[in-house]
Amino acid sequence: MILQAYRLPQGGFIDRNKPLRFRFNGRDLQGYAGDSLASALIANGVHLVGRSFKYHRPRGIFSAGSEEPNALVQLEADARTEPNMRATQIELYEGLSATSQNCWPAVGMDIGAVNNTLSRLLPAGFYYKTFMWPPSWWMKYEHYIRKASGLGVSAHDPDPDFYEHRHAHCDVLVAGGGPAGLGAALAAARAGARVILADEGFQPGGSLLHETTAIDGMPATAWTRHILAELASLPEVSVLTRSTVFGYFDHNFLTIAETVSPHAPRAPRQRIWKVRAQRVVLATGATERPLVFADNDRPGIMLASAARTYVNRYGVRPGNRAVVFTNNDSAYLAALDLHRSGVSIAATVDPRPQANGEIATQVRAAGIRMLSGQVVVRARGTRHVNAAEIMRYENGRTAGAVERVDCDLLCISGGWSPAVHLFSQSKGRLRYDETLTSFVPAASAQAEQSAGAARGVYALADCISDGYAAGSQAATACGLSPAPPLAEPVVDRPSPGTILPLWRVDTDHTRRAKSFVDLQNDVTTADLALAAREGYVSVEHLKRYTTLGMGTDQGKTSNINGLAILAEINAAQIPAVGTTTFRPPYTPVTLGALAGAEVGPHFDPVRASAMHGWHQQAGARFINAGLWKRPQFYPHPGESLQQTINREVLAVRRRAGLVDVSTLGKIDIKGRDACVFLERVYTNRWRNLAVGKARYGLMLREDGMVFDDGTTTRIAEEHFLMTTTTANAVRVMSTLEYWLQVHWRDLDVRLTSVTEQWAAMALAGPASRKVLARVASADVGDDALPYLGYREMDVAGFPARVFRISFSGELAYEINVPADYGLAVWEALLEAGQSSGITPYGTEAMAVLRIEKGHIAGMELDGRTTPADLGLEKMIAADKDCIGKRSLALPALAAADRKQFVGLVTTDGRSAIPRGAQLVADSGHPLPNPILGHVTSTCHSPTLERPIALALLSRGRERYGEKLYAMSPLTGANMQVEVAHHVFYDPEGKRLRGC
Amino acid sequence: MKYSIFSLVRNALSHHERWPLAWRSPDPKREYDAVIIGGGGHGLATAYYLAREHGIGNVAVLEKGYLGGGNTGRNTTIVRSNYYLNANAHFYEFSLKLWERLSVDLNFNVMFSQRGVLNLAHSYADLESYSRRGNAMRLNGIDAELLDRDEVERMVPLLDCSAEARYPIMGGLLQPRGGTARHDAVAWGYARGADARGVDIIQQCEVTGLRRNGNRIVGVETSRGYIGAKKVGLAVAGHSGQVAAMAGLRLPIETHVLQALVSEPVKPVLDTVVTSGAVHFYVSQSDKGELVLGGDLDMYNSYGQRSNLPPVEHAVQSLVALFPSFGRLRMLRTWGGVMDMSMDGSPIIGKTPIDNLYINCGWCYGGFKATPAAGWCFAHTIAQDRPHALNEAFTLDRYAQGHTLDERGAGPFAWMH
Amino acid sequence: MMLIKCPHCGARAVTEFTYGGAAEIARPADPVGVSDAQWTDYVYMRDNPRGVHDEVWQHSAGCRRWIAVRRNTLTHDVIATADPGKLPHR
Repeated sequence: MILQAYRLPQGGFIDRNKPLRFRFNGRDLQGYAGDSLASALIANGVHLVGRSFKYHRPRGIFSAGSEEPNALVQLEADARTEPNMRATQIELYEGLSATSQNCWPAVGMDIGAVNNTLSRLLPAGFYYKTFMWPPSWWMKYEHYIRKASGLGVSAHDPDPDFYEHRHAHCDVLVAGGGPAGLGAALAAARAGARVILADEGFQPGGSLLHETTAIDGMPATAWTRHILAELASLPEVSVLTRSTVFGYFDHNFLTIAETVSPHAPRAPRQRIWKVRAQRVVLATGATERPLVFADNDRPGIMLASAARTYVNRYGVRPGNRAVVFTNNDSAYLAALDLHRSGVSIAATVDPRPQANGEIATQVRAAGIRMLSGQVVVRARGTRHVNAAEIMRYENGRTAGAVERVDCDLLCISGGWSPAVHLFSQSKGRLRYDETLTSFVPAASAQAEQSAGAARGVYALADCISDGYAAGSQAATACGLSPAPPLAEPVVDRPSPGTILPLWRVDTDHTRRAKSFVDLQNDVTTADLALAAREGYVSVEHLKRYTTLGMGTDQGKTSNINGLAILAEINAAQIPAVGTTTFRPPYTPVTLGALAGAEVGPHFDPVRASAMHGWHQQAGARFINAGLWKRPQFYPHPGESLQQTINREVLAVRRRAGLVDVSTLGKIDIKGRDACVFLERVYTNRWRNLAVGKARYGLMLREDGMVFDDGTTTRIAEEHFLMTTTTANAVRVMSTLEYWLQVHWRDLDVRLTSVTEQWAAMALAGPASRKVLARVASADVGDDALPYLGYREMDVAGFPARVFRISFSGELAYEINVPADYGLAVWEALLEAGQSSGITPYGTEAMAVLRIEKGHIAGMELDGRTTPADLGLEKMIAADKDCIGKRSLALPALAAADRKQFVGLVTTDGRSAIPRGAQLVADSGHPLPNPILGHVTSTCHSPTLERPIALALLSRGRERYGEKLYAMSPLTGANMQVEVAHHVFYDPEGKRLRGC
Repeated sequence: MKYSIFSLVRNALSHHERWPLAWRSPDPKREYDAVIIGGGGHGLATAYYLAREHGIGNVAVLEKGYLGGGNTGRNTTIVRSNYYLNANAHFYEFSLKLWERLSVDLNFNVMFSQRGVLNLAHSYADLESYSRRGNAMRLNGIDAELLDRDEVERMVPLLDCSAEARYPIMGGLLQPRGGTARHDAVAWGYARGADARGVDIIQQCEVTGLRRNGNRIVGVETSRGYIGAKKVGLAVAGHSGQVAAMAGLRLPIETHVLQALVSEPVKPVLDTVVTSGAVHFYVSQSDKGELVLGGDLDMYNSYGQRSNLPPVEHAVQSLVALFPSFGRLRMLRTWGGVMDMSMDGSPIIGKTPIDNLYINCGWCYGGFKATPAAGWCFAHTIAQDRPHALNEAFTLDRYAQGHTLDERGAGPFAWMH
Repeated sequence: MMLIKCPHCGARAVTEFTYGGAAEIARPADPVGVSDAQWTDYVYMRDNPRGVHDEVWQHSAGCRRWIAVRRNTLTHDVIATADPGKLPHR
């Protein structure tokens, strides 16, 4: 283990009594509690962290926060590995292990760096101009291109951790826990508001954590603790750390990604908060902009504010000898802090003729060499910066000789850009501020306001006051009395000087070197120039052509520089160039966290009938039907699938079967106009249905296509029970409610979905009457309960509704009982039927029974069939309107060549008709082979002892007896079939009438 | 300048300072033989084929923003022709054939990657309907393969093919020739090709009105002045209703927002396009390494091109349910695109009741893969004043006839398609 | 995520509601008496405005009442909600 050679003897928010061991690229290192991985690496003198996306150039630690473009690592290994993690945001923990990514064999010696040598052949968009010949080779080229791109690697094993979602409402949500955010939260909280304060760091405080100045007479850090303590004392305030507000959606709905403390036992790894806030204060701070010059990507070059963070917050020295290059005064604070911490400042370099702000004066007073009217034109060194080349800067041009100043740390600052991401997501409008050289919020679109640096207010005292005012206003907007005014914070902060816009340093001296605008995606000023030269001048074209700002950092440090340089190239104004759109998330969010608990078996809820447990014990195999689990069949040991189905089918045909039909939709319809309502929604007649009778009904969509079918029973004069198919139960209910509440508000009808309230089972087969009679309290004989009759009675001692209806074509009863009695009645019927050979059957046998009978089901109700297509034209009552009836008169719906519902048998009587087969006249016809129709349902009929199928066939009813081919090229099956009537079994319906 | 490895090397020697403009930015002329409204892939392809196939080069493409800034640049880049209904199958298959030689045709690499499009089956009903579709595709001369569970698992090893999944995978329908393409490149490639054939591409030019003489279109009012036009074609999916209303037309279209997202880039983990019918969801991995996910519509009329959490969350849940190892990757960017959702789910390319006004709209979320064929057929329709055989079924008046093309059988509910 | 004020339940997240399309479409009173074009205009054609739009929604995970919503399709501002047919005149 190496000593932390670059750790300062004191200072910072780290705990020197809690050393933590960690591994980086196989080296065992040590840091302290409170470190980020980046600060711990710096403490150990590790600066070469990764390789860049395209040219594989060595890259180091560039920032200290979420804007980091360079220091991306692969964290941990195996199932818990995470790619592209920003070292600057990883909270160090004991045993952490990370490696560099996008390099092979090692970050220090990376073969991919050959791309840097070949870089002249790889300008922006080079791939659009080549790899086109021969055409079939793109897949070969692409294979290598894909391998070269990507950054880290994905895990290959399921994520072992879990995640959760949490919903919250609050009066005021404050995004960002820096000076403005703390001020806002404090003011809102003091006014009595329910406040959520979310901060992305693992310690709240934002820039206060690296401030060295005093606030109200105490150190900034103590002031921060003081405010946090007050917030913690208030019961209606939640302070979330490690929590990034990443999305600002419609109607003040915001999302927060919280990384739960790694020390919390049995906690989810991350948590997504979904917050509906009355008011929002965006105190998201500002991001420091880099300066763009030749080879500005070398390890050891970092944002000036980041250098301050490392020295002040983490107590590490990012270098021994520094050059500070800035066009504004804020970076002079870095010079002072570094100087105080024992880093020698080789020089400060400033393009302004005279840096005359008060901070600059302090630097001068400290005896630091200040080069005014000069710029860094190039960084020297490859794996680490070792010198800065400096030239004079006059009237926007470089001049004079190059001076080389040795350094191992080059701090840069090109000014600041307010973090307007969330503001823009909220659809607020931006304005370009010439003085601040940045975009700032101009007009809100939602109930929010920005505060502090997020709207270009930078001085510390102003930030606190601005935040406090925003918090107070937010609370007032929520109807609360404003907070007591805040005494103007006393901060010994000198005023800053003015900034000189400097978007790129361009000299002939470094013309052929690379000046990076987007560090992560290796986009250079030459790339921008090329894009502009070729006409990609819209900012969106520029972004897409060069990939500027498309990295995992979403261009936080590159977008403004990029568009300013584009404006320079086009001789346009920055506001005219505009910005690209800011979209959620603010920083990348773990997919597992977004998914939450609804993954794996919990992806969707499961609906199960009251008899589900019995089915499981009986060894049923289940099938998904929407959310339902339905028994597909009940295999016996040693049976083949076909044998099981045959056994279940023949039991129904010969003796008795019992099937769970609880999943059918059931809608209770009551009211004076219930019958009128049914007349309007169904194609057929209902006025003449007697009480105690059931009828089959057909329902259309307004476009004339069959929507749903089922039986509806008149339970009383003004009371009906409608059944729907399982698949359409929800939509039918909603559609009926729509017609009733939106269009037919004058009808007196009440609808209630009772699908869940009743367990339903169908008892079918020649022995069914005998079986039912054993447990029924009433007469179930043909006179008392004829076909399509309905009676209420007790079954096995439980109140039941008994319907004499049949889907199987046999004598059959559908029995509905309150769901709680479902299992008892099911078991009682099986018990009663034992001597009659009763057999439970599943959906598969049910399908065979209905195919034999030629009933329509889901595959025939494909949303493209009319009643006439299905041979149900007689179900359309002539003398009334109903939903969809008018459409049936449209030319195409009345056309003679429509596909019609028919049956099919194989001419050899043996071979199965393949599922999904298409019907053609000539199986040898060259492709495309004209398709006449298709098989909708197919099965082996154990009753008829031959394969049969149902089909939709053009002019089908004119083709009975015609021979066609059922082709399934997918399986190679090709079978001659004969067209038949669609009812194969008992066409006269004698059996279901029980005669 | 022809793009090739040789021109790339030559320009490298001059430090890439001599590349010409990919397209000009001319001022509009007073009149054109044809004006295409909409500078997305469809409008640019139409102009390109008008010039190349019909010799009509005196054409302007008017774009209110920047080229390819609408749905061309917002889609999930999937190209396929796995349709069931004949009219759709033949049209999209023709499109796929154009895709197969598009890079060479345009001399612009659109990176058409035929990595296969796999539809997962989660139930017997899925398998049955995929069989029906796959068989119809094969008889229509389109490639299709039915895979069983094991074949799916071999092809996409990171899929959860276990029986414990909420919707266990039972197989899938694969179209091997389907795949993805680089969406921006399609717009740029067509723009460059059209420009080289004399087409004027005019960006930042918003059409504010259509000028008529009786029942005949004679020109367009724009933010850059009046432009005369012998023929006008609309290709502004997402805003078709707005522009059609300038000609007094109502359309069988609602505008809805479709949500999409990408993950951070990672090294190759997914070599094919995977879609699931049980949930409306699809995913592929871009050449850059990002997982590109398409989700559902917001399910209400909207022109707001913005992200919306519920569909995004559902798409991510679908992804993690299917690929449990992707749970630790991160979502990088989300966006929404405004779709012309037609009332039967199929597009409209054809004539309008107004003479010399033609319309191309109603693409739902299938517009990107249609780009070459839509341009081809729309150009033909404009040049000949009658549809090409491939877009004969896609007329605007088919709704009044009842000739709807309802691939999903969902009925006249735009958001259900 | 939009917040819609159900006239019966108060403001609820959009995820509790199901969209039902444009509210202003009137079903021909006498379907047989209208032309194919008039009928299919009702079934298929929509105004589809970019701006204020009257539409119907069902509070499907709440009171299950269908409600009328006046909403801006560009900004997603919910301007008014009411029982069907009861939105104030524009």
